Amino acid sequence: MSITAPQRDLFEQVAIIDPESGELIDDEIYSPYLADIGDTDLREIYRDLVVVRRLDAEATALQRQGQLGLWAPLAGQEAAQIGSARGLRPSDFVFPSYREHGVAYVRGVDPAVVLRMWRGTTLAGWNPRDVNMMTPAIVIGPHMLFAVGYGMGILRDKTLNSAVDDIVIAYCGDGGTSQGDFSEALGFAASFRTPTVFFVQNNQYAISSPVGIQATVPIVQRAAGFGVHGIRVDGNDVLAVLAVTRHAAERARAGDGPTLIEAVTYRMGPHTTSDDPTRYRDAAELEFWRQRDPIDRLRLVLDRRGLADQEFLASVDETADRYAAEVREACIATPDPDPISLFDNVYATETALLAEERTDFADLHGLDLQGSGE
Amino acid sequence: MTTLTMAKALNEGLRRSLGDDDRVMVMGEDVGRLGGVFRVTDSLQSEFGADRVIDTPLAESGIIGTAIGLAIRGYRPVCEIQFDGFIYPAFDQIVSQLAKIRHRTDGAVSVPLTIRVPFGGGIGAVEHHSESPEAYFAQTAGLRVVSCSSADDAYSMIQDAIRSDDPVLFFEPKRRYWDKAEVDLDGVTSLGLETARVLREGTDITVVAYGPMVATALAAANEAEGTSVEVIDLRSLSPIDFDTIERSVLKTHRLVVVHEASVFLGLGAEIAARITERCFFQLEAPVLRVGGYATPYPASKLEQYFLPDVDRVLDTIERSMAVE
Ligand SMILES: Cc1ncc(C[n+]2csc(CCOP(=O)(O)OP(=O)(O)O)c2C)c(N)n1
Ligand SMILES: [Mg+2]
Repeated sequence: MSITAPQRDLFEQVAIIDPESGELIDDEIYSPYLADIGDTDLREIYRDLVVVRRLDAEATALQRQGQLGLWAPLAGQEAAQIGSARGLRPSDFVFPSYREHGVAYVRGVDPAVVLRMWRGTTLAGWNPRDVNMMTPAIVIGPHMLFAVGYGMGILRDKTLNSAVDDIVIAYCGDGGTSQGDFSEALGFAASFRTPTVFFVQNNQYAISSPVGIQATVPIVQRAAGFGVHGIRVDGNDVLAVLAVTRHAAERARAGDGPTLIEAVTYRMGPHTTSDDPTRYRDAAELEFWRQRDPIDRLRLVLDRRGLADQEFLASVDETADRYAAEVREACIATPDPDPISLFDNVYATETALLAEERTDFADLHGLDLQGSGE
Repeated sequence: MTTLTMAKALNEGLRRSLGDDDRVMVMGEDVGRLGGVFRVTDSLQSEFGADRVIDTPLAESGIIGTAIGLAIRGYRPVCEIQFDGFIYPAFDQIVSQLAKIRHRTDGAVSVPLTIRVPFGGGIGAVEHHSESPEAYFAQTAGLRVVSCSSADDAYSMIQDAIRSDDPVLFFEPKRRYWDKAEVDLDGVTSLGLETARVLREGTDITVVAYGPMVATALAAANEAEGTSVEVIDLRSLSPIDFDTIERSVLKTHRLVVVHEASVFLGLGAEIAARITERCFFQLEAPVLRVGGYATPYPASKLEQYFLPDVDRVLDTIERSMAVE
């Protein structure tokens, strides 16, 4: 079975929710991917959007209060993250960048665990094997290639067991598309026809650099030159993002190869808590995007269908507040790591040099080596 | 004299270089409009124009590769790598190309490029923002590698680096960006790029440090009770001014080298070997080293345990002094 779709005009963004009326636009290719989405699903998706925004705000507050060293806010990108993550199966594998807190949430990573890396108590946080999601990639570029290699592994597994139909998705930003690794990843993916979805959140900025510095045409157009299927989607339309991700995933599962999705969205907050966006963008621009808030967009759909009654909205707020309180408490209670853990897991078996340094370190700090990692 | 932070002194040095020579250009991620994440290039774009102070795409190999092209065309680009841990995508350009073009072309083509790298730890950052990769570059023939340690020296050193006809890796100790010193903005004299500088005279032991560890070494020297410590700021990591170190060791007979980078195969190893060769019969103790462990740079809550501090330097001074 081949899931071919005509290559659309790549300046056009796939949209499902009419931003005026909240009606669902009937899209020949993509609407069928939403056939199973009923009222309950719409409400749960809405809940996810609100919860991750609330958690994001809590994390920013925790950083301001000195509980985190740094935080990279996702505000504005909830639909791109929740929509895409919900388009995957638990057995699919995710290679995130560093801002995919919403994706981690959908994968079932405890939000308090997400904060640990930003608190500085660990370099990563969760066990990637538990949730089929790698820990954050801070260096921009390399993990796009991992997602291609992982896909090559899936294809190889398939030759041994035809039931294997996992796919893999990699996230990066508009800035990330300028790295050589990004282009190499597209080339390899097309060449080996890997079941890889490249999900680019074009949030208009790479720190202070507007997307025009990275690309003078829509980023999605890069796909064609490599022979990769491309889709440009309104990244603030959670249903459109869900539909295109399901479509790309289905193509990948069917052996039709890689897809590059460009989700057009906006980073409403600073790049990180260290950044001052007033140095490079103005209030009018922010306001323009506030009018296109991804949560408001889905709310239109709920309102139109009478799904956003007081009781429901109160329960959403309650969930968000409860999660935020739990995360705050867990974050503050996170203990500092054991100093001797510096020496753990550098190699599968400890080298003589490390063993010597470990002993010297223990002496210097008056630590008992009994019971330490190795 | 003006009191400036190191970040501001570098900014003034860049401004002066841009003003003195219109072939000088500045390029990197967020260096223009934003003025760099550490504001070292603050307001240079508005003063000198977006064609001389360039916000580049997010691609380090691209930054260095295009800067090499600009240099071949006759310009003097100053590239910023946003953080130490992001220089590796450009490693191939730096090691296989930048370093070798003069030699490869029998001296016909020089590549006067300066690569500024905020480096080292101590700021509580996430992974890849606290590394000390200087030894990788110091081992590569054809590159000059330097590190400033204070605002006054940074101001002239960056100008010397830009004037150099060789490629220069310019390592800036990011945790000292906000430390202040008196800077002579009209100064014309400079130590040049190759000399080490004796910052504190002493008679019992020599401590050699560079970049962020110079302040740590000085603090340790001041706290070392009953021991007279001479402190040398290495400044140039390649080439290394062994003569200045040798002169000091012939006086003190003991040497400790301090850096944040891992001790294993760090610059300290080369210094220890050379000074042992030169001063074997004058040394009263083996050359000792203080530095990072042979582990990856840890999560920020552990960096205080990884980084050499005053106590570890003092401890090592004591160990050296204890050798009869
Ligand atoms: C190789 C590399 N170079 C530089 C950086 C520093 N840096 C961190 S985030 C960022 C901008 C990224 O922009 P984009 O890819 O659009 O992602 P966004 O932050 O907008 O989600 C930069 C330059 C990095 N992390 N990795
Ligand atoms: Mg971006």
